[in-house]
Amino acid sequence: MKFSYYPGCTLKNKAKDLDEYARKSALALGVELEEIENWQCCGGVFTTAKDEIATKLSSVRALKQAQDKGYDLVTVCSACHNVIKQTNFAMQDEEFASKVNNYNGEVYDGSTKVYHYLELLRDVIGFDKVKEKVVNPLKGKKIAPYYGCLLLRPNGVMKMDDPENPKIMEDFIRAIGADPVYYANRNECCGGYVALEDAEQAKQSSNRVSNNAVNCGAEVIVTACPLCKYNLVKNGSKIPVIYFTELLAEALGVKEN
Amino acid sequence: MQRIGVFVCWCGSNIAGTVDVKAVAEALKNEPGVVYSANYQYMCSQAGQNMIIEAVKEHKLTGIVVCSCSPRMHEATFRKTAEAAGLNPYMVEIANIREQCSWVHKDMATGTEKAIILGKAAVAKVNLNAPLTPGESPVTKRALVIGGGIAGIQTALDIAEAGFPVDIVEKNPTIGGKMAQLDKTFPTLDCAACILTPKMVDVAQHEKIRIFSYSEVEDVTGFVGNFDVKIKKRARFVKEDVCTGCGACVEKCPMKKIPNEFNLGMNNRTAIYIPFAQAVPKVATIDANACNMIKNGKCGICSKVCTAGAIDYTQKDEIISEKYGAIVVATGFNPISMDKFDEFAYNQSKDVITSLEFERLTNAAGPTAGKLLRPSDLEHPHTIVFVQCVGSRCASCAEKGKEYCSKICCMYTAKHAMLTRDKYPDTEVYVFYIDVRTPGKNFDEFYRRAVEEYGVKYIKGMVGKVSPEGKKLKVQASDLLNNKQIKIDADLVVLAAAIEPDKSARPLATKLTASMDTNDFFTEAHPKLRPVESPTAGVFLSGACQGPKDIPETVSQASAAAAKVIGLLVKDKLKGNPCVARSNELMCNGCSSCERVCPYGAITYEDKEFRMPDRTTKVRRIAKVNPAVCQGCGACTVACPSGAMDLQGFANNQIMAEVDAICK
Repeated sequence: MKFSYYPGCTLKNKAKDLDEYARKSALALGVELEEIENWQCCGGVFTTAKDEIATKLSSVRALKQAQDKGYDLVTVCSACHNVIKQTNFAMQDEEFASKVNNYNGEVYDGSTKVYHYLELLRDVIGFDKVKEKVVNPLKGKKIAPYYGCLLLRPNGVMKMDDPENPKIMEDFIRAIGADPVYYANRNECCGGYVALEDAEQAKQSSNRVSNNAVNCGAEVIVTACPLCKYNLVKNGSKIPVIYFTELLAEALGVKEN
Repeated sequence: MQRIGVFVCWCGSNIAGTVDVKAVAEALKNEPGVVYSANYQYMCSQAGQNMIIEAVKEHKLTGIVVCSCSPRMHEATFRKTAEAAGLNPYMVEIANIREQCSWVHKDMATGTEKAIILGKAAVAKVNLNAPLTPGESPVTKRALVIGGGIAGIQTALDIAEAGFPVDIVEKNPTIGGKMAQLDKTFPTLDCAACILTPKMVDVAQHEKIRIFSYSEVEDVTGFVGNFDVKIKKRARFVKEDVCTGCGACVEKCPMKKIPNEFNLGMNNRTAIYIPFAQAVPKVATIDANACNMIKNGKCGICSKVCTAGAIDYTQKDEIISEKYGAIVVATGFNPISMDKFDEFAYNQSKDVITSLEFERLTNAAGPTAGKLLRPSDLEHPHTIVFVQCVGSRCASCAEKGKEYCSKICCMYTAKHAMLTRDKYPDTEVYVFYIDVRTPGKNFDEFYRRAVEEYGVKYIKGMVGKVSPEGKKLKVQASDLLNNKQIKIDADLVVLAAAIEPDKSARPLATKLTASMDTNDFFTEAHPKLRPVESPTAGVFLSGACQGPKDIPETVSQASAAAAKVIGLLVKDKLKGNPCVARSNELMCNGCSSCERVCPYGAITYEDKEFRMPDRTTKVRRIAKVNPAVCQGCGACTVACPSGAMDLQGFANNQIMAEVDAICK
């Protein structure tokens, strides 16, 4: 199985773990991820302004490249996933697409299928198959899945899981042999970019999440979002915050090689 | 040749606004058969009808075309007019130039052109109409009420009081429904049990009423006045006529950990149980899924302690067949599941409850004997947050909630909030709302009292998140009027869950061929003028199965449905619909195609002797339609390969004449 892969800029520096373990685990699961050539930053945030084209161009180019190669596109960072899926959806609107295509000088119609890495595990590989490949089950480990706000919303576009009652990460945690911790704030915002202008507010938001996870008995928090990890760690999470791909690599026995 | 009169109605400006009625009348004057044509402001009025009657006499009319509103609205009216004028009522045709013409067109020229064409089609049909005489069928003077909540109880009592026998079919072991679970009722705050249980006793003691509890409707055939119904009486493993309801078996039953449905699972019951003290019928029921004796033959304690000898482990489901003249649906409602509303943490914390659960918590016969204690630790809650519209008015989240307003939640939440403040003044009570809707007698006054006299804190805005942490429920919400985010540490959160029709309603509607809307509420025959009748003749609607309703409204509708049933049952005979299928026996070759497509089982076959041209006789198999059973759907006329089957009043040549008139 081969897919086009869009890592995103944070995964090339601050969030190297997220990227590295995603690639290693994919190999172990028999999936080849081919990095998009000359990809550019997704923009980090999807602008909802209808006439804002420039910030969406890089996503469109990545989507177009995957289409030309005949692969579906996989991405792993919550923010990239959000921007790329939303851009893809926007490109299904003919009027908007024609503006972008005129600028880019090539035709793209929003038809590339985009998977978040978790969706790849669930829908393409299958959690049961993942379970079979686990050599180092994380038995008894109490893991709090942290969805954050971007991964699942807006639901109509992400079409990944119920944003108020998600279970994809819980199912993932079970697949690698650990115990998911159920806590209410698992889909609340960490504070996001508010950290730049109102650190106190971001701290409150982050602590609300991490404290809730701790109080519900979690030993570790997993996330797919570099910004969530940054905020939670910076604001003093009492338990480690790591990327879900790291746990996957550990369970598959490919963390160290 | 017919002598046809055409009568074009203005319907005030409803039709005349977009259709030139004079031009229509003028154009139709020249159609074949038409000898008289007129227009009038309101054809359905007394004056309009008199105009028709006089025209029939003066011009010796044999057929009538009324260009007006939908036949659903006034076909019956004009048929009566024709009858009064001495014509056969089936010599009337309606050209619908309102709903399907003037209302959908804005341009006068287009509207007029279409109205003329529709009128021509009707004239072409009347030219081929023949007088029809409806057959008669007898009326079984017994009514069936499906559902034994307050709606079914009231309907049954009213019908029985008029002297007709009534059977109530209730799927639970007792009648009483949702009202039996309530504590107090708004806006008067009288205790639900105190006003309901006497009615339940009345039902039990009424000589004209039979209760089939723990039973379901299995099958319905027949038609208005003559329904054949099969009722499945589920085995309760207790002889109903022997059990005295003493409760000795309940006390001794060793299976004590079965979630108690009556208290919504907030406490437990035994495997043999009586749902509540005032249950009717007051007899025990064995839950076969929980009873050790029934599951593996070990136990039998209840039969040992039963002095009446009522226990019968070998009891089987029983099918009861009965005939009814009328059927009333009173299947009620349920709160929706909170599984998809995880932002309110219903599945994460025992202290997030629904309003119906709150009723049980405050009810003296409930799991806490009426003391308001939070379910997790049985401590007294000091801060309570009520959330309204959970799943109601949820247009943007149709996959988990309902688009409609559940109507009763504003009032019961005001009641809960007020009663809490009254009994426990040390409790802080918040209510989050989108709007407070209190139309109803003394309703707004009631809500104002909750706010002004009892100090309930009403906040316009929705709760976004409930996070259980330690002993507290952290509630995050928005205050829209102050444009503020609010955080409350609550001890108890109460969700006003939307209500939906009972799950049994959809399959029942199929059995009754009664129509439903997209929300599975039963549809009424007319939303304003026939609100308690289903479009299916002989099927009536009572209570929340037709739409969300509070108790006063439910009882009014229940009595209204009863009045309609009584109006039907006092008749000795019913006139049928003469527009039924008829087989031309000379053309029929007995192939059985029609029988196979008939959804009503109206077609049978018989062998008949025919005289052949050479003076011999021959026996041939031919189709026969039972006009009392045929509903005139026309399926057989399409299926018949030899063209022997035709629908009276809608014959193939009549339909083709209409099509020709339109296409000309």
